[in-house]
Amino acid sequence: MKHFLRCKSYGERGLNLFFSKLFQMVFSPVLNRLVFGVILSLLLVTKSAHAMKVEKVTSPLGIEAWLVQESNVPLIAMQFSFKGGAAQDSTGKEGATYLLSGMLDEGAGDLTSTAFQEKIEELTVRMSFEASRDHFSGNFQTLSERKEEGFSLLKLALTKPRFDEDALDRVRKQILASLQFEANNPQNVATRAWFKSAYKDHVYGRPTKGTPESLNGLGREDLSDVYGKIFTREHLKIAVVGDISAKELGIILDDVFGGLPDKSGIKDIAEAAPVFGGAEVDMIEMGVPQSVIQFGHQAVKRADDDFIPAYILNYILGGGGFASRLMEEVREKRGLAYSIYSYLYPLEKSSLILGGMATKNSSVNEAMALIRSEFKRMSNEGPTAEEFQNAKNYLTGSYALRFDTSSKIASQLLWIQVEGLGVDYIEKRNDMINDVSLDQIKDVAKRLLDGDKLRFTIVGSPSQG
Amino acid sequence: MKLDWKGLGHYFFFGLVVLFMTSVALKAEPKQGPDVTYFKLENGLDVVVIPDRRAPVVTHMVWYRVGAADELPGVSGIAHFLEHLMFKGTEKIAPGEFSKIIARHGGEDNAFTSQDVTAYFQRVAKDKLPMVMEMEADRMANLKLLEKDVLTERDVILEERRSRIENSPSSILSEQLGASLYKNHPYGIPVIGWMHEMAVLNRQNALDHYNKYYAPNNAILVVAGDVSSDEVRTLAEKYYGPIAKGPELEPRKRQLEPPSVAPRRITHKDERAGKLTLQRLYLVPSYKSAPKGDSEALELLMKIAAEGTTSRLYKKLVIEDKLASSTGGGYSASGMEYGNLYLYAMPQSGVSIDKIEAAIDDVLADIVANGVSELELARARNSYIADYIYGNDSQSGLARRYGFALATGWSIQDIESYPTRLKAVTPEDIQQVAGKYLDLKASVTGVLQPILKQTAEVKGTQ
Repeated sequence: MKHFLRCKSYGERGLNLFFSKLFQMVFSPVLNRLVFGVILSLLLVTKSAHAMKVEKVTSPLGIEAWLVQESNVPLIAMQFSFKGGAAQDSTGKEGATYLLSGMLDEGAGDLTSTAFQEKIEELTVRMSFEASRDHFSGNFQTLSERKEEGFSLLKLALTKPRFDEDALDRVRKQILASLQFEANNPQNVATRAWFKSAYKDHVYGRPTKGTPESLNGLGREDLSDVYGKIFTREHLKIAVVGDISAKELGIILDDVFGGLPDKSGIKDIAEAAPVFGGAEVDMIEMGVPQSVIQFGHQAVKRADDDFIPAYILNYILGGGGFASRLMEEVREKRGLAYSIYSYLYPLEKSSLILGGMATKNSSVNEAMALIRSEFKRMSNEGPTAEEFQNAKNYLTGSYALRFDTSSKIASQLLWIQVEGLGVDYIEKRNDMINDVSLDQIKDVAKRLLDGDKLRFTIVGSPSQG
Repeated sequence: MKLDWKGLGHYFFFGLVVLFMTSVALKAEPKQGPDVTYFKLENGLDVVVIPDRRAPVVTHMVWYRVGAADELPGVSGIAHFLEHLMFKGTEKIAPGEFSKIIARHGGEDNAFTSQDVTAYFQRVAKDKLPMVMEMEADRMANLKLLEKDVLTERDVILEERRSRIENSPSSILSEQLGASLYKNHPYGIPVIGWMHEMAVLNRQNALDHYNKYYAPNNAILVVAGDVSSDEVRTLAEKYYGPIAKGPELEPRKRQLEPPSVAPRRITHKDERAGKLTLQRLYLVPSYKSAPKGDSEALELLMKIAAEGTTSRLYKKLVIEDKLASSTGGGYSASGMEYGNLYLYAMPQSGVSIDKIEAAIDDVLADIVANGVSELELARARNSYIADYIYGNDSQSGLARRYGFALATGWSIQDIESYPTRLKAVTPEDIQQVAGKYLDLKASVTGVLQPILKQTAEVKGTQ
């Protein structure tokens, strides 16, 4: 969030890069890091000559972290996650968790906001926090030579946030400003409306950033409340990669996280049961030359036996970029869009397959019909043997690409833990993908995909086309 | 401000750090980062190898020394359009197959175009390096374009333009600012092109551009990852070596700007603007074109003045005076002939643009009059050095760092001598460049102004 609100404009140092292809992340604000992590963790492949040693480190106080030691780059990357995200916000307090994610580097201990920011800069550490619907995560990096001071600053942020009124008001206004931009951005409007119409009054139907009304009502005590519930050791997961020994890490774990309470205060949220069907289309008029189309329906949760087949299936349908059917039909054959994608979005209490594209107003109906028919075709016939094999080849062969920077490795290790998959997941994952049969995937396609149940949200002026 | 950049961050990151990171290779100190080797093939292809043995993967990139600013008048967007069409096949590779082949070998690929460069890359397991080299070398010389594929892809880039520009009021304003900043130099023309010219680009335009610029002697091969210099040399000679050298190209020479004599101002009123926003650009030299020492000082000046939450601008306008909800800025330095200093601010509700602008000008005037402190300078400099070290963690980032620098006319020596120059910057230098370049006559100021509209509403279910 900090970056979103404060970073540079003009495409960063004026270097406007125009790509041939966009990856799905670019157009899907809901695809936050958590989800991306989950998806990527499936891409882990095995049986590679690459020997990456993952150690389970348990600190003297019993705090566990997964560590990959790497001394070639003089830095340490740490990622951690608490259970509980925006879905924990109380009614009327929507946006509280997201606001918290913006407040942790706004002053802690004796350091006020500016002093804290200057300390970050002086120590050259990097620190960011994110709130998704179900989790709260942190991303920290320090140069090895500054590790003591760096981790001390992290500890301060995690255990003694100040939540000064002044800083609170500033961050609130920044979020309000971003909401005002998003209210006019067709992609943001489409995503928000889609979730609202799918989940109605369930907490998943609410915007994670809150609304102007809810944000204006949030105070220090609300932040403290969310902070107290979420920042505990109970569901804490930690991954570390870099120039540090297991012993040293154990001491740091106790120092940074040891002071947090044992028990989480998060509440169990209700299972979400969105109803899909009847080929619903929500039309939101906006005076733009290009309409944004958001679509999706129910899918399977991460723990479901069908998840991996569904993941492979989605790659073939819309997850695989130029290797996907949607891209082939919509962009390659017809030039209707720059980008079209779909992805699985497994939540704690629900699961979706979601997708999106943008096309000139006059092509909206054609595009929607194509998406529906591709869902139906895949449901009826499943993938071809060749598509299926190509998908497996990609998903298994691209394994190592997920492990080529310290942060990426840390990110993988963290989400494997969050999903409760175990250290051997990395070694087993390729086999799990390879073990799926064509019959199995056809069966999942038939049960999972349904073009008639897709819910569409369109933002634009299709009638003006 | 670009509101879509968060997702693009991981791409822009590479781009944005290219020059200053390349620049901060610490020469006088123990070497940070990889041992980069460089050699040239007989046909003129430059080759850079960046070892990174941590994971069994490689990043393979080919950079062409041509970008949007090299286009002929009237065909704006052709550099970027050709970049798309490079995926449309050769004698050996069927249309649209390129990326699919990469994918089914477990790889990822993409390409991008800027004002000065066009680059193609693949990320693959190390044993796939020969395959991607063969494919990239093939399309360097043997592109085959079918009329129908060209027309379909033209529709794609028109949709791309709508997504990036037409659908976004802030992008519309940014494009207008760029067009106004440059009165004569082609950087004023957007990389993606003007809609009316893009709409009539054709196969021959693309082939003309291809035939002129795509040749080994106008390209740089960068391979980063789990591979040795010798291995790369052998493979490069095998796959790229046989490609004939192209005609010698004239030095890249774009028409230069006349003196700046008057500040310019643009107000874009849009019912989708969201929030009142101010943007400003100053025309300044780039790393490549600046007098000795100026770009290093400008870099640090903008870090101190405008970049991030510890900048003078943020502290004064956002934290102390509460006039703005956010501010920012920096130095775009990567162009061959010009760079720009950019600033933006979003006023708090009820604060006028005039007031914000005056406050910004006060902050800048104070630096011009009184300079910056040693402490501020040290912090800014440390920040860049840390960025450089963090950057070493990413092999594809390293590949871009070196590729971009070489493709825009730097030598390895230029890159490696930069840190000494950065360290030589004094507070006096910063004050001097502030006075020299923060000149309103060389600036354009843009205002994004929301106008009232009916609120968008859900019209119900069809």
